[in-house]
Amino acid sequence: MGKKHQTPLLDELKKGKWISFVKEIERAAEKSERTEDLLGQVEESYRDKVNHWKHGGMAGVKGYGAGMVGRFSEYPDKYPGIKECHSMRIIPSAGFFYNSDFLRKLADISEKHAGGLLNFHGATGNIQILGMSQAEAEDVFQAVAELGFDLGGSGSDLRTPSCCAGQARCEFANYDTMKICRHLTEEYLDELHRPAFNYKFKFKFSGCSNDCVASAARSDLAFIGTWKDKIKINQEEVKNYKKKFDVQKYVLDKCPTKCMWFEGENLAIDDENCVKCMHCINELPKALKAGDERGCSILIGAKAPLVTGPRMGMMLVPFYDVNEDAKNDYEWIKSLISNMWEFWDEYGVSRERIGELIGRVGLNTFLEGIGLEPIPEMVEHPRSNPFIKFTEDED
Amino acid sequence: MTDETKKKVEDKILGLVTEYAGKKRFKPIDIVKEMEKEFASEGLTKDDIKGALKDLMDDEKLVYGYAGGSFLTLPENK
Repeated sequence: MGKKHQTPLLDELKKGKWISFVKEIERAAEKSERTEDLLGQVEESYRDKVNHWKHGGMAGVKGYGAGMVGRFSEYPDKYPGIKECHSMRIIPSAGFFYNSDFLRKLADISEKHAGGLLNFHGATGNIQILGMSQAEAEDVFQAVAELGFDLGGSGSDLRTPSCCAGQARCEFANYDTMKICRHLTEEYLDELHRPAFNYKFKFKFSGCSNDCVASAARSDLAFIGTWKDKIKINQEEVKNYKKKFDVQKYVLDKCPTKCMWFEGENLAIDDENCVKCMHCINELPKALKAGDERGCSILIGAKAPLVTGPRMGMMLVPFYDVNEDAKNDYEWIKSLISNMWEFWDEYGVSRERIGELIGRVGLNTFLEGIGLEPIPEMVEHPRSNPFIKFTEDED
Repeated sequence: MTDETKKKVEDKILGLVTEYAGKKRFKPIDIVKEMEKEFASEGLTKDDIKGALKDLMDDEKLVYGYAGGSFLTLPENK
C-alpha cells in the first residue's frame, strides 16, 4: 500500500545510523490511519518551520483536572485522523521499572484506542499515550487504571514527581530517590490531579550531583544527593589509576575548587573546600567514594524558558537528612512544602513559578514566609544593593 | 462544615463562575480566596472550600480548562 501522504523531509530523518522517530511513527502508521495523518502534518511542520497544533482546549477524564494534554490539528479537514490528537500522561513507576507484561498490555491499549505511539518517558518523566480523541479518553483511562496505574500531572498543578534509578541501579546514589519520590507522589495525588496552583510545580530527585534527572535545571524543588563528611580514598586504587591515565591532568586539574593534590604517591583532599561535584568520583570510581553521612541538598526555583526565561535552582537547604526524615514519613519536608505552597498561593500571580516569586518578593521575605532561617549557603551572588535594612531588634 | 454551609458554598462558587463565564477565568485559588472572604463569619478553612470545589468537579458541574494556565469553567454542554 502506498503512503497516504508524501513526506520527503521526514524521509531525510530516516537516513543515518541513528534511531529515527520517523521510522517508529511509520511502523505505527501501518496499523493506524490516524498516525498516517500525523506523518502528513509533521511533514508540513518541517516544511513551514512551525508546528500546526492548536494547544489547550478541553481534554480530560471525569473527575480529573489534569493528566491529559489537549492537541487539535490546525487542518482537521486535511488530516481528519488527528483532528483530536491528545496525549494521556501516566505516572511512571519510581525509577522507571516495568515488567514486560505491563509494556505489552500498554502497547495494546495504545493500538486499540490511540495512534499506537507511546512516549517513554517525556521530558516530564511521564509515560505518554499519544494520539487519542476525547471520546476514547475514558476507555483508555479505565484500561490503564486496571493495570494499576494512574494519570500524571498537567496544567497548573503538581507535575508528576520524577527520580533517577537511585540505589536500585547506581553506586553513586546518596539516598533512596525512589522511596521519597513514591511517597510524595502518593501523598500529593490530589495536588497532582487538580490544578489548583498559580502555575506548575515540579519535584525531581537525583541521587547525586551527576543529576541524571536534571533537577537543578528543571524542577521547582530539586533534591540532589550529597554527603557531609570526607570523601573516602583507597590509595592503592589511586595508584592503579595513575598507571592507566594522567590523573593530575584529567582529575585534579579539572576539580572546580582545586581541592585535591598529590602528597608523594598519595592523593590528598581538602574536604572543606570540596563542592561535591562528583567529577573525581566519576573518574576514579574504584578509588573514591562519597562519605558515610549521606543525605541531599534542596534547591528551589529552577525552570525551563517558558514565560520569563530559564533559571537554575538556588540552594535552600544545604543538607537535608532525608534518611532520618524517612523514618518519620518525611514529616519535615512535607511541612516545608506545605509552607511554600501556602506562601505561593497567597502572594503568587497567575503563571508565576515559585522561583520567579522569590525573585520578585526577595529571598528574605520568602524565607520569613516559610519559616526557614537565612544561612550563607543561600547567597547566590555578592550583594549589589548598598542599602542594608535592620529591624529594631538587630544591632 | 455542615452540609447546609457546603451547599451554600457550592452554589456561590457555581454562581460566580456562571456569572463571569466568557468574561473572566477563575483559577481555583481565586475562588478559594473569594469564598474565604465571603464566608469569613462562618470560619471556613481553605480545605473546606477546596473540598467543595472537588465535589463540584466530581458532580461535573465544573471542569478545568487550560489556556496557558488552568482555570475553572462550566462544562461545554452548559
